[in-house]
Amino acid sequence: MTARLLEVDRISRRFGTATALDQVSFAARPGELFGLTGGRGAGKTTALRITLGVQPADSGAVRFDGRPIRRGLFGYLPEEGGLQPRMRVLDQLVHLGRLHGLSTNDAHGSAERWLARLGLGPQRKAQIRKLGAEARHRVRLAAALVSDPVVLVLDEPFTGLDPAAVTATCEVLREKAAAGVPVVLSSRRLDLVERHCDRVGVLRAGRMLAMGTIAELTGGAGRRLTVTAPRARPGWSTAVPGVRVLAEHRETTVLELSRGADDQAVLAAALATGPVTEFSHRLPSLAELFPDEVSAP
Amino acid sequence: MSGIRAVRLLTTRELSTRFRARSFVVSTVVLLLLVLGYVLVQALLTDSGNRVALTGQAQGIGPRLQATGERIELVPVPSEQDGLERVRDGGVDALVSGSVSRLRITVKSTVDPELGTVLDGIVREQVLDAELSAAQLDPASIRQTVAAAHAEVRALEPPAPDPVPAVVVAVLLGLSLLGYGVLVAYEIADDKAARATEVLLTVVRPGHLLCAKVFGAGLAGLVHFVVLAVAGIAAAVVSGVLPGSASTPSILIWGVVWYLLGFPLYALLYAAAGALVSRREDTPSTAWPVCAVQTICFAAGLVLLAGAPDGDAIRVASLIPLLSPILMPARAATAAPWEVVTALLLTIAALGVTAWLGNRIHRNAVRRPGHRVRLGNAVRD
Repeated sequence: MTARLLEVDRISRRFGTATALDQVSFAARPGELFGLTGGRGAGKTTALRITLGVQPADSGAVRFDGRPIRRGLFGYLPEEGGLQPRMRVLDQLVHLGRLHGLSTNDAHGSAERWLARLGLGPQRKAQIRKLGAEARHRVRLAAALVSDPVVLVLDEPFTGLDPAAVTATCEVLREKAAAGVPVVLSSRRLDLVERHCDRVGVLRAGRMLAMGTIAELTGGAGRRLTVTAPRARPGWSTAVPGVRVLAEHRETTVLELSRGADDQAVLAAALATGPVTEFSHRLPSLAELFPDEVSAP
Repeated sequence: MSGIRAVRLLTTRELSTRFRARSFVVSTVVLLLLVLGYVLVQALLTDSGNRVALTGQAQGIGPRLQATGERIELVPVPSEQDGLERVRDGGVDALVSGSVSRLRITVKSTVDPELGTVLDGIVREQVLDAELSAAQLDPASIRQTVAAAHAEVRALEPPAPDPVPAVVVAVLLGLSLLGYGVLVAYEIADDKAARATEVLLTVVRPGHLLCAKVFGAGLAGLVHFVVLAVAGIAAAVVSGVLPGSASTPSILIWGVVWYLLGFPLYALLYAAAGALVSRREDTPSTAWPVCAVQTICFAAGLVLLAGAPDGDAIRVASLIPLLSPILMPARAATAAPWEVVTALLLTIAALGVTAWLGNRIHRNAVRRPGHRVRLGNAVRD
């Protein structure tokens, strides 16, 4: 089933002697947000640029709807910039719409709709270089959306945004996904990727380290157990089979249980030390699973 | 989207942004004022005829002075004393007094050679008339016979046209080619730095961006060139600084033709230089070789034009593609047709080379953001 599916198939790219990407594959299905994550230099931007066709790959292929990609399919938000600073907001959006093949009227209509939707009405005649960072981000988002693209690609769309702006951005992306558009975004923020994406690929040094839905990635690992026992001494849980201590902080201990380990045995060991005030299960976060990929926002 | 539509949209955008920019309007007005100001200064300098005051018997030579065709303005003075005052304070250039056969010229320091010659002629004529009359000959008929006697002139070549329009066109052409060429490099670096190029490349090919940039800057430069050249030459002819010459319109038309060939010849290389860098401030590091070659060709062209506008050196140099755009318009009136055709063909061939090279480097370099691209990598990739 390849209908409206964006497939990135074993792409590789070298820069001189450095390998930027090594046989990286992923796919974004219509209606889903696919997050590409990883630390600095993991190859996210190169992967996105090859996906867009802006940069050639040494090998591999990118297909949409079963056919090789062509120009004009994508709405693209680069990590920074992407606009012509001296142009006025409305002119820039209409220009991009027309380049994507819209008629002047349609391009105007679409630009005005996105300006209104993103609250940019008052700035429509302003020069882009005179806008503040937050307004400029919204113009950049509008620029990616104005052509009503069949695929959306966003490089670090959350950089520099406050939580409200992140939520607003994700709402728009979710809307587009609901309309059947595959959305691919990259971010170093594993917490945001985990919260907002349906599926995630984790890149490290140009290779795909792990890929799947959030549940697949986090459920495959051992369960996390948080136990608060005020009178327990350090090492109280070591005797329970299948248990590994991840962290001990004052009276709270975080344990990882391997498959088949008995959580009731842990509870019994904890109660043996005295009262137990907290005993909770949870799945690990992506940040906990991939600590090397976590970087400051 | 078709390539033609993409290039048309991008070029229209380039032009409307450029023509609306305050810098374009201001620079056009400033350059126009400079050109017109220069013409005006020239007009004032060359138009300063001699103001002459006549006194006593010398007043009789007034009509003969004005009949000589020299620019002489007669200033009436009530007395010789007043005339001397006017000479001292610069009100007149010369005071002429005395009898017609012994004219006395009073000047502040030196006499204008032309005025001196005219007055000498009048005195000599007067003396000659007196001598002829004393010898009982008719001065009028002898003067007529003398006036009809001329050395016969046989010109081997047609008169050389005034070199000034050619030099003016060459200077404006060179400045437009240089200024707007460098602009192409900077703007491509700017767009790459702002990552606007990256977004556009998801829709159009690198070649479309390159064409639009060269067309946009080229047309703006052409407007500058034509406005300044037409305004400057028209003002010079109207004000009398330049004699109206039949060759001037053809120099202008050939100037436009050679601009259209010369601009892309250099601009495609500037575009490649701009694409190699990712920051505006790095542009000179890659653009300087193109700029140096262009400046040397420009300077050499002007030296040749100013020295021997139709010498052998200029005839050979004007066939060299990088020099042709500067030199050929200046030779519009004198170049043989085969020379024009040869220069056109050689320049078109050179344009083919710079288009291939510029496009290749631009295409490969513009797709690599983030750092300066080595020329070798951009050519090979």
